[in-house]
Amino acid sequence: MAAGVATWLPFARAAAVGWLPLAKKTMPKPPIDNSSKSDEILYVNVSGVRFQTWKNTLDRYPETLLGSSEKEFFYNEDTQEFFFDRDPEMFRHILNFYRTGKLHYPRNECIQAFDEELAFYGIVPEIIGDCCMEEYRDRKKENQERLAEDTEANEGVDAPLPPNSTSRERLWRAFENPHTSTMALVFYYVTGFFIAVSVIANVVETVPCRPPLGSVKDLPCGEKYKVPFFCMDTACVLIFTFEYLMRLFAAPSRCNFMRSVMSVIDVVAIMPYYIGLVMPENEDVSGAFVTLRVFRVFRIFKFSRHSAGLRILGYTLKSCASELGFLLFSLTMAIIIFATVMFYAEKGTKGSTFTSIPASFWYTIVTMTTLGYGDMVPNTIAGKIFGSICSLSGVLVIALPVPVIVSNFSRIYHQNQRADKMRAQQKVRMARIRMAKRGTANAFLQYKEDRNIGDPDGCVKNRSAFDQQHNHLLHCLEKTTNHEFTNEMNYSELCMTESVGFKTSRSTSLSSHQGAQNNSSGCCPRRARRRAAMRLANSTVSVSRGSVQELDTLHLKTTCIPPQTRSSLNAQMCDMKLNCGDPDFTAAIISIPTPPANSPDESLPPSPAPMLGILRNTRATAYIQDSVKISSL
Amino acid sequence: MSGCAKRCKQGLIKFAVTVHKLLTGTLVNDKADDDLEITMVCHRPEGLDQLEALTNFSKKELQVLYRGFKNECPSGVVNEETFKQIYAQFFPHGDASTYAHYLFNAFDTAHSGSIKFEDFVTALSILLRGSITEKLQWTFNLYDINRDGYINKEEMTDIVRAIYDMMGKYTYPVLKNDAPKQHVEAFFQKMDKNRDGVVTLDEFIYSCQEDENIMRSLQLFENVI
Repeated sequence: MAAGVATWLPFARAAAVGWLPLAKKTMPKPPIDNSSKSDEILYVNVSGVRFQTWKNTLDRYPETLLGSSEKEFFYNEDTQEFFFDRDPEMFRHILNFYRTGKLHYPRNECIQAFDEELAFYGIVPEIIGDCCMEEYRDRKKENQERLAEDTEANEGVDAPLPPNSTSRERLWRAFENPHTSTMALVFYYVTGFFIAVSVIANVVETVPCRPPLGSVKDLPCGEKYKVPFFCMDTACVLIFTFEYLMRLFAAPSRCNFMRSVMSVIDVVAIMPYYIGLVMPENEDVSGAFVTLRVFRVFRIFKFSRHSAGLRILGYTLKSCASELGFLLFSLTMAIIIFATVMFYAEKGTKGSTFTSIPASFWYTIVTMTTLGYGDMVPNTIAGKIFGSICSLSGVLVIALPVPVIVSNFSRIYHQNQRADKMRAQQKVRMARIRMAKRGTANAFLQYKEDRNIGDPDGCVKNRSAFDQQHNHLLHCLEKTTNHEFTNEMNYSELCMTESVGFKTSRSTSLSSHQGAQNNSSGCCPRRARRRAAMRLANSTVSVSRGSVQELDTLHLKTTCIPPQTRSSLNAQMCDMKLNCGDPDFTAAIISIPTPPANSPDESLPPSPAPMLGILRNTRATAYIQDSVKISSL
Repeated sequence: MSGCAKRCKQGLIKFAVTVHKLLTGTLVNDKADDDLEITMVCHRPEGLDQLEALTNFSKKELQVLYRGFKNECPSGVVNEETFKQIYAQFFPHGDASTYAHYLFNAFDTAHSGSIKFEDFVTALSILLRGSITEKLQWTFNLYDINRDGYINKEEMTDIVRAIYDMMGKYTYPVLKNDAPKQHVEAFFQKMDKNRDGVVTLDEFIYSCQEDENIMRSLQLFENVI
């Protein structure tokens, strides 16, 4: 209930005393006011700005956050206030809504921020007061349009095709976006060239050429050089037909394609030629045929595929269709009125050119558009007066819809500019986004390095609690799947080494990160190595406890691998000599209580002395090729 | 045939309206149906006291949880899309959407298509403060995609594959295609005591309780809040 009505209730109830004498039955008992305690002031702290209000004010709208028990979640016991970590400027408007019952939209705020605040406080935007509703709606629509074009631009008109696209899809793409492949670009320019050639040929063939010997009359070039022009025309039409058929074949939806404007233009451009071929050399029919040649000029519209400006003009005209229609309609009205008036005004005069009302149309049009050819001129005084009124009003009528059309054109043009600019900046944006993503991924890899190197030596970087917990979560995922996260570089190298044919048993190493990026891994390489050895020792110890299922499996691999890749447990420290040709050996610390495979008890490289003894002792159950890992949640 | 006639009539009417608009030159008016249809699905959770009674959280913890919840979803409910987005932010390497889908179904016990704060907090209470058996039960529920009381190999493979998807492409060692399947095989070897090809809740709980590591790691996440 709005604030206003609630305050009037006591008055209305008091006035009910007036009914008492008239009442036939006894009045019902009044409801007991349960909220006997007086109204209390609530403190609301929004990011440090303290607001105070009566509890009743907030209770007016129980379906919002502040009016319901939801605000209890935000109550701070120590300071006895409700704390919201939101924008205090916006909160002012929200609170005003409770006080006055009308929600106002602050004009200098971003529409999205405002919407978010409304959503947070559980207020529906529909209740924005009339004073601000218009502005709100306009801004919202503008924002949505902008978002729509952003997503459209992003959606990747330029995105690479999915790898398994049919040749049809690729063809269509080549047609729509010529700059995606060189073939498409070549085709694009070739068609453009032929359109120009065709249009120029059309124009030139009507120019009078020097007459052939023995004739006096000037001949249009088209007649003189019939054959060359015909050949040129044929070539152009062939290209256009071929292009049209290709587009028809490649179009994802042929029906839609055939109904589109461009395809209609294409058809209209090439039809006259074929009709001309088919039609017999008949006198009367060729008259109609000549008219058809007019349609050849439509080829010039094919340029709109090549020119963005033409397309913008087309869009503008389309979007201003109603304004243009209005212009036309009002002009027609005015023409009819003035033509009638002029006709009757000039009716009497001798030799007047205003022979009928339709004849006066021509005069009215010429006058209203301020052309003034002068072929029809009023002679009577009345005619002259009305003629001048006609020309004055013409100027006005035409000038009115023009600004609307211009502003539409300007809007569409700027939209187009913005889209182009965004597409140009797309690369930079994508690179930035990719870097940010890699940053988060790298953060985890960095954390892993630090973890294995760091703690006792104090190499720990200061990480926020969130980061630490997030890293722990990712670490758990690694342990579950028994694969580790790595970055692109290492992955591609891994792929290469695998493809070269090394016998790679899957090797996870708890601490082989040292080898990873650089040889001087972190601050404590030697320590890490020793710790790694110790960890291996620990895990081997657990084997002897029986078929305990560890969370990892450890494989050692002593194959020739360039220093960069993660390889053996003893990372590629410079002093470590790897003999090429040592057979693989795997010591699996873990498995399942399944039949053990024979573990080749190969010789270990000399360095990790402590491991040696332990490993030799345990006939670790090992799978050379497949180790199966257990996962726990 | 009647559909065709109806469409023709509609087309004709549209054409007439367009011509009319052209003639009268009405400026483009804000069509009323153009209206900003905001279907505000708003949900408010039960009171703090009730929730405290229902779950194993203290009031302060509930407050903290709710503020986080509300920040991501001001409308008070999470739908699957939002849930997937939220979850995907934690796993930038790979594709977390499949697993998020299964998680969503596990949280959304009422199968309403959206998670309210109560569902959210109840599940969290089990996961963080529940007894071992409760946690295991919840996990079993997560795995049992079709909620028939048995986990069969296909369900498990789906879950495991979803988990592996979260790892992304760049892993070490290189992720082979049959890694999930092998993983599932091992799992079944361990859990399926009577070798009937499915894992029941009892088998699951029993097997997990046998495994010290699982028991140990179940207690890892207790002080998350």
